[in-house]
Amino acid sequence: MIFLKLFFAFFKTGLFAIGGGLATLPFLYEISETYGWFSADELANMLAVSESTPGPIGVNMATYAGFTAAGVPGALAAVVGLVLPAFLITAFIAAAFSRFRENRFVDAAFLGLRPAVVALISVAFLEVLKVSVLRLPGNPSVFLSPLHVPSLCLLVGLYALAHIRKKMHPVVLILLGALFGVLFRL
Amino acid sequence: MWELFVSFFKIGLFTFGGGYAMLPMIKREIEEKRKWCSEAEILDYYAIGQCTPGVIAVNCATLVGYKKGGYIGAIVATAAVVLPSICIIIPIAAFIESFAEYAVVQHALAGIRVAVAVLVLRTVISLYKKNIKTAVAALVFFLALILSLVFHVSSVYIVVVAILGGLFFGIRARKEEKK
Repeated sequence: MIFLKLFFAFFKTGLFAIGGGLATLPFLYEISETYGWFSADELANMLAVSESTPGPIGVNMATYAGFTAAGVPGALAAVVGLVLPAFLITAFIAAAFSRFRENRFVDAAFLGLRPAVVALISVAFLEVLKVSVLRLPGNPSVFLSPLHVPSLCLLVGLYALAHIRKKMHPVVLILLGALFGVLFRL
Repeated sequence: MWELFVSFFKIGLFTFGGGYAMLPMIKREIEEKRKWCSEAEILDYYAIGQCTPGVIAVNCATLVGYKKGGYIGAIVATAAVVLPSICIIIPIAAFIESFAEYAVVQHALAGIRVAVAVLVLRTVISLYKKNIKTAVAALVFFLALILSLVFHVSSVYIVVVAILGGLFFGIRARKEEKK
């Protein structure tokens, strides 16, 4: 039954692909070669679409691949397979965590942890920044050439706006970004 | 339960580009609007999400869902965060396979990426102000930053070391208190 095969293929992916949606790619290529449900070219297109739509890349890829393999039920089988390992492990940790929350040692541990997490998020921000205002490869002989000035202007503009209207909902900013992106053909 | 679903559906719907982009949305929806978790708790969940397999966005949903409504809550939140993806991708896969190639889409996405950068930056600044108040915290912050940025140490190791560090200093502080 194709649904079971889809489920297990994506369960394996969900279990071993650690560190972000793109880590699922090698597994997806393997699935493509093993089962032939979709080709490598189709995978490339799926990736482009998955990066263009909301939602985690991994989930988007699973949906697309599952759908290509076996329609809507296929998509569901793939997504459930992908998400289940993480869900089970995380739910287990959540249950354990809630019991240990009051523990003074756990408290101390997380106190040390929080600055580190802020650092990790900062690193992620730099990645996001790179993708948004740089257009690599750029011209090596021109200083700061990878910098895409219109995007940078939008960045400054949106930041100023968000700073002035602190209560603005993130979604509004995203929609504005989309709007200006289209208007200025970023 | 329904509120849990709605909140995470919204989060799943507006997360563009990776787990960290979700943080501003989560802060807004979960912390400020619904007041289900404190900012510190959200940071803790992110830390846990770093160490567990799977998409960080989904794991956060599971954690918050569990806190709010046990195992059922975890399932509801997880399903809710994943559903927008499914609902959007399937029609695209069925009808508009060249979706990513349309110029409009690419322009809009370029703008969205900028907006996401702004959101994450504001969140980082806010988190920094609130969580880095002592010299030790600043030290941990910069150490983690350098390890990750310059030496490309995996997040998992950084989290584990930070936890051990926290434990170590916490125990020492307690011993000094007792003296």
